[in-house]
Amino acid sequence: MNKDMSARAVISQLRDGMTIGVGGWGPRRKPMALIREILRSDLKDLTIVAYGGPEVGMLCAAGKVRKVIYGFVSLDTIPIEPYFRKAREAGAVDVCELDEGLLLLGLRAAGHRLPFVATRIGMASAVMTNNPEFKTIRSPYDDGEELLALPAIKLDVALIHVNRADRKGNTLTFGPDPYFDDLFARAADKVFVTTEEIVDSIASHDPEVMKANLFEPYLVAGVVYAPLGAHPTTSFGAYGWDMGHLKAYAATATEDGGWQGYRDKTIGNDEASYIASVGGEAHVRGLPIPTF
Amino acid sequence: MTTATDFTLAELIIAAAAETWRGDGELLATGIGPLPRLAASLAKLTFAPGLQMTDGEAFLVEEPVPLGARGSYQPRYSGWMPYSRVFDSVWSGRRHAMVTPVQVDRYGQGNISALGPDFRKPKVQMLGVRGFPGNSVSHKNSFFLPNHSKRSFVEGEVDVVASAGLKPSSWPAGAPADYVKLGLVVTDLCVFDFNGPGHAAQVLSLHPGVTFAQVQDATGFPLLQAPGLRETAAPAEEQLAVIRNLDPHNVRATVLKGNPPGVRAA
Repeated sequence: MNKDMSARAVISQLRDGMTIGVGGWGPRRKPMALIREILRSDLKDLTIVAYGGPEVGMLCAAGKVRKVIYGFVSLDTIPIEPYFRKAREAGAVDVCELDEGLLLLGLRAAGHRLPFVATRIGMASAVMTNNPEFKTIRSPYDDGEELLALPAIKLDVALIHVNRADRKGNTLTFGPDPYFDDLFARAADKVFVTTEEIVDSIASHDPEVMKANLFEPYLVAGVVYAPLGAHPTTSFGAYGWDMGHLKAYAATATEDGGWQGYRDKTIGNDEASYIASVGGEAHVRGLPIPTF
Repeated sequence: MTTATDFTLAELIIAAAAETWRGDGELLATGIGPLPRLAASLAKLTFAPGLQMTDGEAFLVEEPVPLGARGSYQPRYSGWMPYSRVFDSVWSGRRHAMVTPVQVDRYGQGNISALGPDFRKPKVQMLGVRGFPGNSVSHKNSFFLPNHSKRSFVEGEVDVVASAGLKPSSWPAGAPADYVKLGLVVTDLCVFDFNGPGHAAQVLSLHPGVTFAQVQDATGFPLLQAPGLRETAAPAEEQLAVIRNLDPHNVRATVLKGNPPGVRAA
């Protein structure tokens, strides 16, 4: 079994109108090599589901997005993703704005093949008024509490960045926080990962290391070897986010033709030219992982 | 304890905000932003040792981590707190956060999501509701607002209800009324809470040199004067020493415009 494939081969399996979940958290551990390949493609009308970072803004700026389902879209020290903000203030994309925890619950419900999950979260808040399709359900037990029946958030595809993978789809994800990459994987019909490192087998005599394996290989349809593939976001264990790059990217959002300039100058036609345009491999590998 | 005579408004606010965690016992304390984080840290190191805090990333620490570049400081970790466990903690109710909404209304509803009447095309996209809906129906929340004005404490309702509040008609009939628990609201002018009759906002203390009329003028909804309304207590020298240790780069001086002194000139 060999799931090794190119980013372009992954994109050829995607279709207009698909619902695509993206792992990571803000400017952390985003599968940017695949996002850039979507930017280079003619895919459109996508629904993007994410704890969003630059991938959401870029896909919106490029006109790829019909709808965003999100817990937030942020570059952390740049609190609001500039191109997402622009798209929102122009009314250019549909949104389903969720509480961060609701997104987790909706993905988990999809992974468990449930139609909805009952929760108190969202009650008496804008989650109810801004998502008028959401219904409530009354507890069948003595308490009788009325709760939000949050619909499952089913994904056609999940895109996830990992540190190490083998060709059977075994993966290891390092760093302080798994975020909800496992739930994105389980909610999706197909999972494609980008990996910093590809090996023949991740097998090890050290069971502790296997706690970094977040989801089973049967979920993984494709493994893309993409060193530096999370840039400009943090890839824990490898390199930190590139805040200098993100600031320059954010600045383009205020310029006329800013996106097209960034797209042409930086995204380019392939990953080799991308890495060269952002300062080269040594620059990216030298980016420190931030502390707070 | 020696009452300080020379302190900034930010330091006064940190000491006043720390009080919101008094009596909480053992729970996760989260202060979002420099002053709330310093306030939670000060509370833990002085009168609330049961507070549990993170390093701002994914680990629990028993000694609050100082703000900013760490230099030679190395945190010692005593637990793991990835976001999945943060949510478990939030939903269990064993957390008390202090956060900074952009708008707050008379019902204690808070907004960080967006501004303007049309959510489909907001005038200003802000942060989104983030974790506020879940936080607000799960555990106690306190607020810090750095600019007390009618723009922040609005006349009607907040544009987007990110944190649920104490407005009865927003809740289904028969919903338990006690999900929303609001602690202190600390601003650059005063400290108030929503514990007046019928959850009315009532001012507990006025910062030195500030009058009640001045606070009311800067607030879009009616305020009561709490019984025992007093002047916000000046920090003690011992508290200032703790704050300096927690904030070696003086980030607190950058939060309020001009870093004004704690006692306003008359």
